Amino acid sequence: MSCPRQSTAQPIAAVPLHRLAHARSGDKGERINIAVFAYRPEFTPYIEAALTEASVQALFEHRGAFRVTRYHLPKLDAFNFVIDGVLEGGVNGSLNLDGHGKSQSFRLLSALAHVPYDFALAHGLLDDKTA
Amino acid sequence: MTQTIGIGCGAGFSGDRTDAPIAVVNALAARTEPAFLILETLGERTLADAQMARRRDPSAGFEPLLAEMLRPVLADCLRHKIRIVSNCGAANPKGAAHLIEDLADELGIAKPKVAVVLGDDLTADLPTLPRSPWEGEPEGSTIPLDKVVAANAYLGCQGIVDALDGGADIVVTGRVADPGLALGPLRHVFGWAADDWDKLASGILAGHLLECGAQVTGGYFADPGLKDVPEPDNIGYPIAEISADGSIIITKPNGTGGLVSERTVKEQILYEIHDPAAYITPDAVLDLTEVAVKRISENRVAVTGARGKPATDSYKVTVSLVGGWLGEGEISYAGPNAEARARLCADTLRRRLSRRELAVRSRIDLIGVSSIFDDDGGSLAADSIGRAEDVRVRLAVDAPDQATVEHATQEVLAMLCAGPAGGGGARRRHVERIKTISCLVPKSAVSHAVEWR
Repeated sequence: MSCPRQSTAQPIAAVPLHRLAHARSGDKGERINIAVFAYRPEFTPYIEAALTEASVQALFEHRGAFRVTRYHLPKLDAFNFVIDGVLEGGVNGSLNLDGHGKSQSFRLLSALAHVPYDFALAHGLLDDKTA
Repeated sequence: MTQTIGIGCGAGFSGDRTDAPIAVVNALAARTEPAFLILETLGERTLADAQMARRRDPSAGFEPLLAEMLRPVLADCLRHKIRIVSNCGAANPKGAAHLIEDLADELGIAKPKVAVVLGDDLTADLPTLPRSPWEGEPEGSTIPLDKVVAANAYLGCQGIVDALDGGADIVVTGRVADPGLALGPLRHVFGWAADDWDKLASGILAGHLLECGAQVTGGYFADPGLKDVPEPDNIGYPIAEISADGSIIITKPNGTGGLVSERTVKEQILYEIHDPAAYITPDAVLDLTEVAVKRISENRVAVTGARGKPATDSYKVTVSLVGGWLGEGEISYAGPNAEARARLCADTLRRRLSRRELAVRSRIDLIGVSSIFDDDGGSLAADSIGRAEDVRVRLAVDAPDQATVEHATQEVLAMLCAGPAGGGGARRRHVERIKTISCLVPKSAVSHAVEWR
């Protein structure tokens, strides 16, 4: 899970976003949105750095995503991603078992965030909390 | 003047837990303030299904689980003056009203006053209505009018307000914007004007939080070890307490499972939201950018900061189109070398579809290796070759006609004898599909009506 690496500044840990944030997917037609919420407000900068419009589009490019728009909602410690073209036919036309794209929030949460090693250690981000 | 009303939600989609309304109604009955039960049972898929059902049987086409949902709570709702507002009418609101009256007879209670909101069904008028594209559709998409099964506008809440003003115990609608199921009762009780945008925004936000039922009270939320939910088998469905000034508290019935926390509420605030500054509904445009949540006590969360902007001059319309047939066939492999046998099966299926020149769109999943994250071409599966020991091969095909789809799925069954070693558990199913496309229609071209039973 963690792999500290040397840099000129300080060691960095690669942490799955799943440890920093929770998320929910919704759909309308060919468009899905994935809202991502920081478990703690101080995680926000690392989530913001890991999930750019370009990096999110890359996660869904294989399915035809052609546009990603990111909105920041500081009062909710959240980012909302609107992803176009990802459902390959939408809920009524898809061949995918999950035509709604309900499960896609967890694809996004499987991306890696790069967090200062000491910060990750202090917040318990290097422990496996999953059941 | 009444200062607070309670609105409970007993269903968040067609197929929801049918015993969920019971605890909600019991909690609402214990309150002294005006109370409403909403049942939201209509999605893009559900309305399409309902249109299909009505094509097969003109007396069908409304929520199929309606009787099962209402039977345990109808008498209590009427006794405690908990008025019911529901889009359970789907493609046949009059049919749903008829069922409710029959149910009252069956239960031996006085006939409730049922109002039906009509006007969302634009099927007959669609060819001549002025239409413009909806922003979420791919550019240049057009509506093939020869394939249209139905067209339904997302109406605003005015029909519901009119029905409640007229004394309805139960309001049955077809397609209305989901938050309108809550906004209608709020405008009826508090007398909010149709252009009091910030108040309307609060009502829309309350409705938006309620409309998916358990999704704000611990459903679609649990992630063991990180986000745990108590008693997930007994989740209490939500109740919103809304005041005349538009303040909102989200809670749930006592003695139920699930949870209402800042996290559950935040996740639902942004559910199916695109631009958070402009959530377009027919009654107002909701701006969520200043919305905040605050825990008040256990399972009680206050939601503040909704702001409204004037409604647009068009309705969103869902057009349902004949969509051909979907076929699915599956077969499983387990144990040593299972993934390789499953991959051989998948490769052989592709060759068989090609050899038989079956004109289908297809995809093959390797469930247990790669499925729902993958694209139709299987690029993730191709990049993740491993040694999975329990893999289910799933072929999905799409074609305009039933026979072609059945020929394709037959190839999965044939794998039992002609495929790799140890293939078992083959199944297939076929469904006729309706596809949907959205467009915009000017409000001036659409009118609603309230029909009394």
